[in-house]
Amino acid sequence: MKFADFVVREAVIADLKTDTKEGVIRTMVKSLLDAGKIADDEFEGIIKAIMKREELGSTGIGRGVAVPHTKHPSVKKLIGAVAVSREGVDFDSLDGEKVHLFFMLISPPDRPGDHLRALENVSRQLRDDQFCKFLKQAKTPADILHLLDDADHNQFGS
Amino acid sequence: MSEGSVVHRSHTVKVPNGLHLRPWMQFVKLAQNYKARIEVVKDSVRCDARSVLSLLSVGAGRGELIVVEAQGEDAQAAVDALIGFLDGYEDIEESS
Repeated sequence: MKFADFVVREAVIADLKTDTKEGVIRTMVKSLLDAGKIADDEFEGIIKAIMKREELGSTGIGRGVAVPHTKHPSVKKLIGAVAVSREGVDFDSLDGEKVHLFFMLISPPDRPGDHLRALENVSRQLRDDQFCKFLKQAKTPADILHLLDDADHNQFGS
Repeated sequence: MSEGSVVHRSHTVKVPNGLHLRPWMQFVKLAQNYKARIEVVKDSVRCDARSVLSLLSVGAGRGELIVVEAQGEDAQAAVDALIGFLDGYEDIEESS
């Protein structure tokens, strides 16, 4: 699965202004709302579901990356948002480091395979140090989309 | 390479959703308790057992076979503990 298959292009944020876990999640879900990918009346419920998942164990997987996610019946296909924080956010990560790169995934409950394929893709690409470095340096959503497109076309390592 | 022989054991993924983020996070935390070099091998791809990014990228779906391999003074204990964890892992209702 490629980034283009799930990343909502209007839900890409280059400079997160918040420094809390809930702030990050709220801002990213809002970008999906503004992009018309989720309904108004599902907004708070989706934030709550993602925060609840975080309580089971942080999705900060180390190396400055987090993948907050949830399954939610209101989405018909897997959708994703991407955000970059210049300052980094304390996300209770596995390695204790601040998180700079966020990949949010919301998937329909009956499609666990899609969720796993997306996680695989994100993690495979983020193993490449150059890719991570360039993403952190991205100044605009267009820069980020360009990097994701490059990754989809195998411009970065494995 | 550390000294000592290589210890390995296999595991067939049983959880319906495959090995996703939460089990791998717990796996890495467990692996961090040992000194041995530990790797997870699937289809000849080798991953560092202490890197969630690395483990997630192998994509271990239900029914697939993975091997935990370790080398070093506590290799046997590490492999036993990690395979024991995978064998006993059960998904709770909330998604990964």
